[in-house]
Amino acid sequence: MYVIQAAAVRGRCAGCLMAQSGRRDAPELPDFSLLKRLARDQLIYLLEQQHEVDKLYKVELKPIVSTADQLCFLIRPRIQTVKWISDVVNLDKAAGRLRRYKIIFTPQKFYACEAVLEEQGVFGDVTCDEWAFYLLPLDDDIISLELPEFFRENFLEGDQRWVGAAGGALRLIHSLYGPFSKVYGIGQCAKMVYESWREQVEDGEQKTQQPEIGNVFLIDRDVDFITPLCSQVVYEGLVDDIFRIKCGSVEFGPEVTSSDKSIKVMLNSQDKVFNEIRNEHFSNVFGFLSQKARNLQTAYDKRRGMDIQQMKAFVSEELKGLKQEHRLLSLHIGASECIMKKKTKQDFQELLKTEHSLLEGFEVRECVSFIEEHINRQISMIDSLRLLCLLSLTENGLLPKDYRSLKAQYLQSYGIEHLLTFSNLKQMGLLVEQQPGETLTVMESKVGKLVNDKTAGKLTDAFSSLAKKSNFRALSKRLVLIPKSGEEYDLRVPRDMAYIFSGAYVPLSCKLIEQVLERDGWTGLEEITRMLNGHEFAVSGGANGTESRIKADSQRIVLVMFLGGCTYSEISALRFLGRERGYKFIVVTTAITNSGRLLEALLDNHP
Amino acid sequence: MSRAKPEDDEYWNSSKFSAFTFDDEDDEFTKMKESKRAVNSILVDDDDDDDDVEKVSWSGEPIGSISWSVKETASSFRSSGEQSFPKIDTAPSLPKQGSGYSLSSLFKAFTDTSTRAYAPELRKPKSECKDYMSDWSPEETVRRMRKGRAYSLERFRSLQDKLLLLDEAVSLHDGNVITAVLIYLKRSLSKEILFRELMVREVALRHYVHYLKEMGEQKLLLMQYKEHLNIKDEGRRRDFLKSCLSLPFSQDDAMHVQDHYTLLERQIIIEANDKRGEAEIFRKYPRKASILNMPLITTLYYSCFYHYGEPEGTFSSPANIRKTFRISEKQYILTALGARAKLKSWFDVDSLFNTKNWLGYTKKRSPIGFHRVVDILQKNNAPAQVLQEYVNLIDDPELRLSLAQKYKCHDIVIDTYKDLKDRQQLIVYQGKVERGSHEDRKIEELINNMQIRWKN
Repeated sequence: MYVIQAAAVRGRCAGCLMAQSGRRDAPELPDFSLLKRLARDQLIYLLEQQHEVDKLYKVELKPIVSTADQLCFLIRPRIQTVKWISDVVNLDKAAGRLRRYKIIFTPQKFYACEAVLEEQGVFGDVTCDEWAFYLLPLDDDIISLELPEFFRENFLEGDQRWVGAAGGALRLIHSLYGPFSKVYGIGQCAKMVYESWREQVEDGEQKTQQPEIGNVFLIDRDVDFITPLCSQVVYEGLVDDIFRIKCGSVEFGPEVTSSDKSIKVMLNSQDKVFNEIRNEHFSNVFGFLSQKARNLQTAYDKRRGMDIQQMKAFVSEELKGLKQEHRLLSLHIGASECIMKKKTKQDFQELLKTEHSLLEGFEVRECVSFIEEHINRQISMIDSLRLLCLLSLTENGLLPKDYRSLKAQYLQSYGIEHLLTFSNLKQMGLLVEQQPGETLTVMESKVGKLVNDKTAGKLTDAFSSLAKKSNFRALSKRLVLIPKSGEEYDLRVPRDMAYIFSGAYVPLSCKLIEQVLERDGWTGLEEITRMLNGHEFAVSGGANGTESRIKADSQRIVLVMFLGGCTYSEISALRFLGRERGYKFIVVTTAITNSGRLLEALLDNHP
Repeated sequence: MSRAKPEDDEYWNSSKFSAFTFDDEDDEFTKMKESKRAVNSILVDDDDDDDDVEKVSWSGEPIGSISWSVKETASSFRSSGEQSFPKIDTAPSLPKQGSGYSLSSLFKAFTDTSTRAYAPELRKPKSECKDYMSDWSPEETVRRMRKGRAYSLERFRSLQDKLLLLDEAVSLHDGNVITAVLIYLKRSLSKEILFRELMVREVALRHYVHYLKEMGEQKLLLMQYKEHLNIKDEGRRRDFLKSCLSLPFSQDDAMHVQDHYTLLERQIIIEANDKRGEAEIFRKYPRKASILNMPLITTLYYSCFYHYGEPEGTFSSPANIRKTFRISEKQYILTALGARAKLKSWFDVDSLFNTKNWLGYTKKRSPIGFHRVVDILQKNNAPAQVLQEYVNLIDDPELRLSLAQKYKCHDIVIDTYKDLKDRQQLIVYQGKVERGSHEDRKIEELINNMQIRWKN
């Protein structure tokens, strides 16, 4: 159902620019509303013209009560859902009921799904179609593939089923807004996606159109796990952490609206109030909102002393806009209040302090005991896990005795079934034991031995040993990710991307992008890429080599594709970088993520 | 296709269409070979013709697939010569409305070079042409699969061919195709052989394991244990967990699984007794939920709430749970504190921290910071007196001051400033207390005391 919802049309976003204007004239972004129009038209075509659908239901894996003689399912290609549909069909068959069935897979169907239909004996009773819906523009500069499962399936399960989809998405963007002149990337999946995209494009004809997007940067989520695991403190990220933004819209509950109903709000650049605070550190938001409220009051006050004619003009011209602004302003003030309340209740300051200490590598023992107490008190299961992962990632693993003790206490507090969660985290390299004195080659030979071992039980162990080291300390030193402590950091006038984490940490992912763009490749970053386990590449595109045709503007438009999700904080950081360096970034992501979503995807404490 | 009568054969063989004999049951083997060659010659420039072919479906109309309409709109918007997403054909055996496949359209497609089609589609109208498509190399096959075109895996019968096919799929980095090949291998190879080969192919192995997991067939160690989550009945769940004890877990995990079993066993006993809720405490504070399947710490909290002070011998007593599950002192104190504070049993709270030294004096000691104790007490609305006692126990003067100010423990603030010899702060604080009150007088007395060596 949310797929349908996702396809709902929003008009063309008026070209609202950032609050601060750029250092240089920032180039205009391409118009992505076309993507949405395409997707919508396809779906309407499929539903109305082809199958005459008149009613939609949400797939809930429950028996279907309907008298319709044809059923159409719009689903993700998941085996579980297809099995459920097969059951529906077989039940109907047993009851002697004749119906026609159609499955529309989005964005594509998988052979494994068809194999299920075949196995269940309903292949032929059910026909299949595809809705190739790959790209949902969430805003002027954000496009989402809306594939949250990409993260777990690719990075945990090692299933490459979405590589083709990501390559296809890139191909579509390329055909509409390309040709790209440079493609940079880092990560195993990024490499595969690039290959897939290239092969898909290879058959195509030479491009003749004016390019709108010059450069592309592909990055795997597992290149940087630290950034998405940090608490977000920029407004949009905070709203996502607390209220969960879905498909670019958020539902504010009664505690925000201060009424008894919830309100759904689209959060994008069309919301003028939101657009000005979305990238701000939360500490500035209140000041800004109250200033805004004062301005609004002044505007309303103009009414006083107006004559009838002036009043008439005021009502017809200004009042509507003011009322709209008023509504938005009160919503965001309500949201901010709610954030304040929640963040003080949870001892948020202490939590942030611990995160910053971990990033800095300062007073780590104190951090360990803070985490332990957090677990002991059974406060937020996800936050405890998040801190554990941050500890492991920043310290290259936990000391064996810490690992054993914290794991045991975690299982005691939140349930022993989390054994599976721990095994997943280990496999991903997110939460591991330190391997004292073990060099990489020793580890590799050990892995080799395990892989040859025939017992199935050793399999998971073999995978987990493949998990790589994070090398965060060394990376942070080389790339200067942690600004010197003790220096005053004015969050109102950010001097670098660290402002998105209160000046404590420059996001690794964004720093890499900055460095590569600056150097026009990976030269000089060899040490860094080695610590990130390699898989970096830089390719010049445009086989035709018509450099002269390429507009200079397009060269400053950079498309960054996050494979496995990106956070709103990272988007804010890139917007900042863009303003500083005269770039415009377009973020394409498999899904918007945050620490909660990232870890929830790895939980295995439910059937 | 039913076997053709001899006279039909005669007609076909003598007719001008003889070069296009598609009946694979034709006795004249040579003719079949001939046509096979003809088909194969078309296939040679397969890829070059992609563009031409994709624009037309079998019925000669533009393909009405969704991916097609993307392309259509896209190219009308901007004249890019890009290829569109390939469409995965629906099953050939389906009587699909609107797809009027006929032999004539087949011929038409074959003769009309501008709309030349692929051999695989020959399979669509009838199955005669199977042989022709089975000549595809592993590489061609997986590429066709990726593009969603018709394919056939039946010709990959030798182990070597199967593995070639698999390796080719892996090299394409398309998980969809890799899994499709694995499903075929699963059906056509014994488990042992398949597993042996997968062991040296990590990418394929991971796809296979994931596929089995999704199909609910995977039975790796932890997945086996995970099964318990599907068992609703607590007795059966307990028995299942017991059966898991013999699985070859690592030493640590084995201990956790053992704990899980013991915990559920205890919970079942406790639940059976407490369900009736006869004791007074259950009437006063009715249970909100059953204790079954709750985490250990929740169980300990429950026990500290409802079964505090029971002798260690009883399963439901906090002491017994603490001992059985090796709960740390810190964890125990935190949990007991929470439960007793909730019940406002300040006496119990007190005795949690009391320790006697060898002279018999009691002293308060805590494995958790007293600021944390204050925090928990305050959240449970402890009276000012109780709160004050614990604020006073906070070691760090700064922390003590800030909490004392927060909870208005004036005496502690005053004493702490006195200890810090901070006269200035004391004067500032005097402004915050009620004039003429006990605190006001106390401060007045102190700042006039000439015997204290103030630092300011």
